[in-house]
Amino acid sequence: MFRFIFGRLAVLIPTFLGVSIIAFSFIRVLPGDPVMLMSGERVMAPERYEQIKQMLGYDRPLPVQYFDYLTGVLSGDFGNSIVTRRPVLDDFLTLFPATLELSLCAMLLAIIIGVPAGVFAAIKRGSFFDQTIMGTALVGYSMPIFWWGLLLIILFSGTLGWTPVSGRISLLYYFPPVTGFMLIDSLLSGQSGAFTSALSHLILPSIVLGTIPLAVIARQTRSAMLEVLSEDYVRTARAKGLSPFRVVGIHALRNAMIPVITTIGLQVGVMLAGAILTETIFSWPGVGKWMVDSVFKRDYPVIQSGLLIIAGVIMLVNLAVDLLYGLINPRIRH
Amino acid sequence: MKKTLTLAATLLAATVISGAASAKTFVYCSEGSPEGFDPSLYTAGTTFDAAAHTVYNRLLEFKPGTTETVPGLAESWEISDDGLEYTFKLRSGVKFQTTDFFTPSRDLNADDVIFSFERQLKSDNPWHQYVAGAAWEYFNGMGFPELIESIEKVDDMTVRFKLKQQEAPFLANLAMPFASIMSKEYTDKLAADGKMNMLNQQPLGTGPFEFVAYQTDAVIRYRAHDDYWGGKQKIDDLVFAITPDASVRYQKLKAGECHLMPFPNAADVEDMKKDQNLKVVEQEGLNVAYLAYNTTQAPFDKVEVRKALNMAINKQAIVDAVFQGAATPAKNPIPPTMWSYNDAVQDDAYDPEAAKKMLEEAGVKDLSMKVWAMPVARPYMLNARRAAELIQADFAKIGVNVEIVTYEWAEYLDRSKAKDRDGAVMLGWTGDNGDPDNFLHTLLGCDAVGGNNRAQWCNEEFNDLVVKAKTTTDQAERTKLYEEAQVVFKREAPWATIDHSLSVVPMRKEVEGFHQSPLGDFAFEGVDLAE
Repeated sequence: MFRFIFGRLAVLIPTFLGVSIIAFSFIRVLPGDPVMLMSGERVMAPERYEQIKQMLGYDRPLPVQYFDYLTGVLSGDFGNSIVTRRPVLDDFLTLFPATLELSLCAMLLAIIIGVPAGVFAAIKRGSFFDQTIMGTALVGYSMPIFWWGLLLIILFSGTLGWTPVSGRISLLYYFPPVTGFMLIDSLLSGQSGAFTSALSHLILPSIVLGTIPLAVIARQTRSAMLEVLSEDYVRTARAKGLSPFRVVGIHALRNAMIPVITTIGLQVGVMLAGAILTETIFSWPGVGKWMVDSVFKRDYPVIQSGLLIIAGVIMLVNLAVDLLYGLINPRIRH
Repeated sequence: MKKTLTLAATLLAATVISGAASAKTFVYCSEGSPEGFDPSLYTAGTTFDAAAHTVYNRLLEFKPGTTETVPGLAESWEISDDGLEYTFKLRSGVKFQTTDFFTPSRDLNADDVIFSFERQLKSDNPWHQYVAGAAWEYFNGMGFPELIESIEKVDDMTVRFKLKQQEAPFLANLAMPFASIMSKEYTDKLAADGKMNMLNQQPLGTGPFEFVAYQTDAVIRYRAHDDYWGGKQKIDDLVFAITPDASVRYQKLKAGECHLMPFPNAADVEDMKKDQNLKVVEQEGLNVAYLAYNTTQAPFDKVEVRKALNMAINKQAIVDAVFQGAATPAKNPIPPTMWSYNDAVQDDAYDPEAAKKMLEEAGVKDLSMKVWAMPVARPYMLNARRAAELIQADFAKIGVNVEIVTYEWAEYLDRSKAKDRDGAVMLGWTGDNGDPDNFLHTLLGCDAVGGNNRAQWCNEEFNDLVVKAKTTTDQAERTKLYEEAQVVFKREAPWATIDHSLSVVPMRKEVEGFHQSPLGDFAFEGVDLAE
């Protein structure tokens, strides 16, 4: 087990290096220049431009800049944003809990609805129920997030007035962040109504962010279940006279879960991509929007370090998924 | 579940407004996050709204809703006869804000003013590079390093600026956000504590609102400054709810989650006007969008060719298609709300037939040209691509073939400066200080060729007029010079002037006392909410 984890961690090192090179070089290959953007329409004198570039260290050869960046990262210094001037790691740590909270809620929603829907669709294969679920899943999968989010806001917040439009909590509540997770912090604050407010703000963005993973999970669960249900041991279990619940719930589902868990793990990456749009629509202060803004402003330190940190998170999630296999299927224990 | 949700939502929808009744809270759904809270470091309006107009004051201020300068922290000033010395008498008894992070022990004095400028001016000032790569973009952009000879303390409440040359827009420049006055006592303490970078995170000034907290990318909170020299504000709390999407801002405004929003979608404005709970205020912005020919390259070096192309553009169609009417076609390079605007100037009337003939007479046949379209929406041009397509169609009618080109924004700004650039560049400008010099000299003067002067146009007659106006302090004389300059501009046609956009501000009915700034600022001093 430890050997496995250690081996996997060792593989992370070259991956990390690769990501750092890609993040560092891609943003520099793109046209555009952070110093030029500082002055907008107002033209900066060429001497000043050179001077600022020099102050930021962007006049040095690229390998030297990369080496500096890498040694910085290795010593825990991810650099400072050239826009906000704050340390990149500080900004990430402030914003990441918001993204994590939203992603967890969205994923929870996707799993709670997606897995049972897939199982039922598989059991009732070919029925109206199956076709409806799979049809809806296809629509959900193809839904443009931006449009979907606005549609929900207009319906539920605008017309019906059931949910707040955007943000993480009503502006009436103000307490300094403790964990960064609004649901927990609102409880810790002891202010009445704060938790309900935070929860109600989570509903729409979770639905929007969870839609695509939900569709993917439902489809994956259905196909995995169909495969397992036709296995000999399921027939044997049925022949033994086990209740349909035990057959499906214990014998089939557990074996069908392996590809589903892989899918869920992969959806974490998809979710971070979806978070960019979801966070923009719902004014959700997370890392998705932060990264996009930094690309627009060519904020090199934020892009290169932010990508690296996010890639690290995704790699760790994948490692966790690999370890989970062992729990579900003893044959894959490491 | 449905019931709980409804209840929670009703509660929430009511929160802002009912909350406002006990402690009056004004919520502004701002369009983006401030880059920081030191206004001198940045150039974005979003940052100025959050930092400069709330927390800080300047020696002079723009009178709300105008570009007229009025006394701010300086209660009076004298200008020497040669126009080179400006002596400012500071207002007495001006208090700095007392916050959780700092308690001031003294009132505003000359040291604060001198510090606020010297940190930007002198490279040996310890605050000059308190954040790495501090560019002091506006201070430099407005030419202050070349302009200021010295800043002296005459006495505790008097400061004298000595200039190297006459500069008529100097006073207006001092009302700009970059000239915000900091507390030297506060910055000294930050320096002593080794926390200089906090100046960009926890601002402290003399302004109408004091900074409470900023939750990154989400909310900025301010409280009314109790001892504000201009009188305590009618609202108790000011909150910026950062809401990047314009449709979502509109939904929040409708739901009562905020009281005022900037930059609505042009398509939503009609609906907003019909909404009983909202009101929409419109004002001509201090801006211009233009198409700059490269006047040094054939055939655009010929006035007749430029004139002919100008006559071929249907500006009204662009205004209708891109702004849904929320703009006016432009005939002069400065907007109508600016002093010295020459309304007597006749625009080149839209006339494709005459344009075609004029082009033939100039000996130009089968002209193919590039039209550059910006990749981003700007206040003066919401959709450059669409406008370029309309121009393309207009030019096709007179036999001119247009290829539309675009680049990434920074690249666009950079490449369009090149003196040997081909084609015509679409760009625009939003005024910084309400002075015509900021348009006419900055964008069309000979010094700006290869820089802001995208037409690469250096006309001696025009340049003499605007340079003379810059160094004359008599307003009537300046007005005359600028009016003449606009006549020369129209005759020579280095640009096709396209539009001046309206700035549209939707707000809830109960908002009172909001003055829309022609400079595009969102400042909330004096704002109130009707009961």
